Amino acid sequence: MRFSGLRVLKEGLTGNRGWGPHWRDPAPKPAYDIVIIGGGGHGLATAFYLAKEHGLTNVAVLEKGYLGGGNVGRNTTIVRANYVLPGNSEFYSHSLKLWEGLEAELNYNVMHSQRGLINLFHSDGQRDAAARRGNAMINQGDDAELLDREGVRRLLPYLDYDQARFPIHGGLYHRRGGTARHDAVAWGFARGASTRGVDLIQNCEVTGIDTSGGKVTGVQTTRGMIRARKVAIVTAGRSGQVAAMAGLRLPIESHILQAFVTEGLKPVIDNVVTFGMGHFYISQSDKGGLVFGGDLDFYPSYAQRGNLPTAEHVMEAGMTLMPMIGKARVLRSWGGIMDMTPDGSPIIDRTHIEGLYLDCGWCYGGFKAVPGSGYALAHLLATDRPHDSARGFRLERFRDGVGLMDEEGTGAQHVTH
Amino acid sequence: MRMTCPLCGARDLREFTFRGAALARPEGDDWNEAWHDYVHLRDNPAGESREYWAHRAGCGAVLLVSRDTRTHEVFSVGLARGAGA
Repeated sequence: MRFSGLRVLKEGLTGNRGWGPHWRDPAPKPAYDIVIIGGGGHGLATAFYLAKEHGLTNVAVLEKGYLGGGNVGRNTTIVRANYVLPGNSEFYSHSLKLWEGLEAELNYNVMHSQRGLINLFHSDGQRDAAARRGNAMINQGDDAELLDREGVRRLLPYLDYDQARFPIHGGLYHRRGGTARHDAVAWGFARGASTRGVDLIQNCEVTGIDTSGGKVTGVQTTRGMIRARKVAIVTAGRSGQVAAMAGLRLPIESHILQAFVTEGLKPVIDNVVTFGMGHFYISQSDKGGLVFGGDLDFYPSYAQRGNLPTAEHVMEAGMTLMPMIGKARVLRSWGGIMDMTPDGSPIIDRTHIEGLYLDCGWCYGGFKAVPGSGYALAHLLATDRPHDSARGFRLERFRDGVGLMDEEGTGAQHVTH
Repeated sequence: MRMTCPLCGARDLREFTFRGAALARPEGDDWNEAWHDYVHLRDNPAGESREYWAHRAGCGAVLLVSRDTRTHEVFSVGLARGAGA
């Protein structure tokens, strides 16, 4: 079924009786060429690109709950390509280009909105850092503009420009940055993969990974054993537990990152605004809710909820930056489980077990990476060579120290990110 | 989340800073598998976790904390020094 304006019109006039499920609901087969553990954004995107780019459709995605019920439904939906370091820069640049063609490619409205993203700065030193970041983005082929204080004021008249601690000196404007509808991204990739023949199997929790002679042979699940020549672990947030089934220990700690949504308001915040010094960022959803968040709680957690000191800090930062926000009432808050790596950058790689692949360590940046990660992992699974955009995401960089990508410059250790 | 510092008593979470998983530090200065293991690799348990925390906004002591990462329940807090961790 293709979506089109004509189709919406026709269905609207005929009682909407022609719509069907967006994907099949098959029972697991005894064996597949490739099994992807995790039916979130990254796993579904991997399945889609395996089918589309490589013609591989004897593939299953195993999801312990429902499709898109994990971190892809628990984020703040921001899409951007404003990284500095080689390794990250080309990857997120590629991912953003995939985003820009995604709706046409999937024939699915993921509500990708390039409304522009502004990183604020508050001192001469920070202006230099923003200029350097902008130049790195331009050198990568992406867009960046350095705005002075008046330039920011034209876009964001509602900020408090003269706050005593962090007066606003300007901002780095990334016009192609923006947001997307997070659930629709998972659904669009699911539909695209399922239509091409990939089996998406829900309520199917992996309980064991079978290996023999250093090679992967399949997985044990709550719906029986499934044999596979290749198995990819795409379970960010729970990577450590799934990898442990194959005897692997990962350079990952799971941390909590909180986010908040207010009641629906009329349009007031047109862009994505980040206030790095306050660890605060905000955008407004298409439903009208102000969606905002802050930094990690900074202790390991799988609770999917945070503690109040961080919530208080986020609210204080919001009030500091834009006092008008005090009139909005918070509707709900939640926490996502972040796969934090020592250097803050992800992993897409093979493991020492033949046929076992990892896609994990997305820290707090996994959503914007969904298309790029799926594309790169599909390439790795299909060809056993890393995709050019993801060469830097080696698992062994921590062991050998080659190519660490510490974007924040705080040192590649767990307690620093 | 609140923790009971053995020196200061029960205090709010915001006085404490997480300092990492409580692991045994390897011997020697040369980089090897033991150091890679210590610096990077983690069990990352969903359940009881043994961790170092610092009572930064209190007495400054480094604490050994046992805690449930699924519920944030704190099982025990003691001084790290002499705890054999």
